[in-house]
Amino acid sequence: MVISKEHILQLLEEVKDPEIPVINIVEMGIVRDVQINGSQVLVLITPTYSGCPAMKTIEDEILDALYSSGIENASVKKTYMPAWTTDWITEEAKQKLKDYGIAPPGKLESDDFLGLFDKKIECPFCKSNDTKLTSEFGSTACKSLHYCDNCQQPFEHFKCI
Amino acid sequence: MELKNEVRDALFEFLLRLGDDRLILGHRLSEWCGHAHSLEEDIALTNVSLDFVGQASALLSLAGEVENKNRNEDDLAYFREAMEFKNVQLVEQPNIDFAYTMVRQFLFDSFNLLLNKNLVESKFEDLAGIAAKTIKESTYHNRHSNQWLLRLGDGTEESHNRTQKAIDDLWIFTADLFYEDEIDELLISEGISFSTKAIKDEWENKTKEIIEKATLTTPETKLFDRGSRKGIHTEHLGHLLAEMQIVPRSFPDAKW
Repeated sequence: MVISKEHILQLLEEVKDPEIPVINIVEMGIVRDVQINGSQVLVLITPTYSGCPAMKTIEDEILDALYSSGIENASVKKTYMPAWTTDWITEEAKQKLKDYGIAPPGKLESDDFLGLFDKKIECPFCKSNDTKLTSEFGSTACKSLHYCDNCQQPFEHFKCI
Repeated sequence: MELKNEVRDALFEFLLRLGDDRLILGHRLSEWCGHAHSLEEDIALTNVSLDFVGQASALLSLAGEVENKNRNEDDLAYFREAMEFKNVQLVEQPNIDFAYTMVRQFLFDSFNLLLNKNLVESKFEDLAGIAAKTIKESTYHNRHSNQWLLRLGDGTEESHNRTQKAIDDLWIFTADLFYEDEIDELLISEGISFSTKAIKDEWENKTKEIIEKATLTTPETKLFDRGSRKGIHTEHLGHLLAEMQIVPRSFPDAKW
């Protein structure tokens, strides 16, 4: 069997982010590269946050997905350079986040990541911009907490890094 | 990157210093889980804790690779004694109250951000990569502790007094952040590290500026190196390690 990078990426698209199960790890920008050497496959992944507790699960699920498709000689390696940024999340995935009830990150505008906190984050439920920041830290490392004054719902925002 | 033996030894030691600072501070912050004054703050403190433990895990894992004696990040975290830990004494100081925790955080976060903005230039690529990641996380941490310092210092009489007491008590531990010895000199000459002398003034100016803005006072105490980087610690580290290490030491090789 000849293994192609495209085929591996297709298989990896079946691996979802364990904390946001509507998005796969390829469109999240977690998969950085796939290197193929004969029958050996090396998948390079990068953590969204240093302490992201989902990394181990993601690694296991990558190996499971490849193994169950007949690719037995696979390994996963973590890489830190360049550092993951929310700009790598595809537009399609950002729409999926929104539909799931998480306000997606905007474009990275400054080194202090303040851009989005200065602007009003659009409420993913009622689309109002009448919202406020509750905390820059949320239920997972990658999210901040907000409150919509229009529909009076708390909501989460995938914060820029 | 090919490393000469003496550079390898120095780099291992340097990575322990970096990794231990973050591991011990991350553990201290995790002690707040379920105890903070509001749900949002509880989540914030444990988020920051998780970032530090993650950074520690990356640094100690790299230390293990550099050492090349078959020790991974867990071995280094759980099976070393207090004297073998190279963290600054600042990060092992107990939480005491929210003001203490935030002052400790404020002093370290501002240092951490400046440090990593320099380490990102390291010729040792694995270290530069971890630094690049850390800068992003540290930017959020730094803003969080800066804002709290202003709110607590310029808040009520009670919060002002408690924060001032924390600054008075913790300020003496800051000298060790800028400690340098032959290990640093060697790594600086190899382009792997850089001299913290370069960031000391900037750190001091920024720190004092926020303290003043928070209507607080920087102590005039004369500072001296307390020997943290040589493995000298306050009594608090042993207690922290006893709790942090008990499970893997009681059940070595346990899997869960």
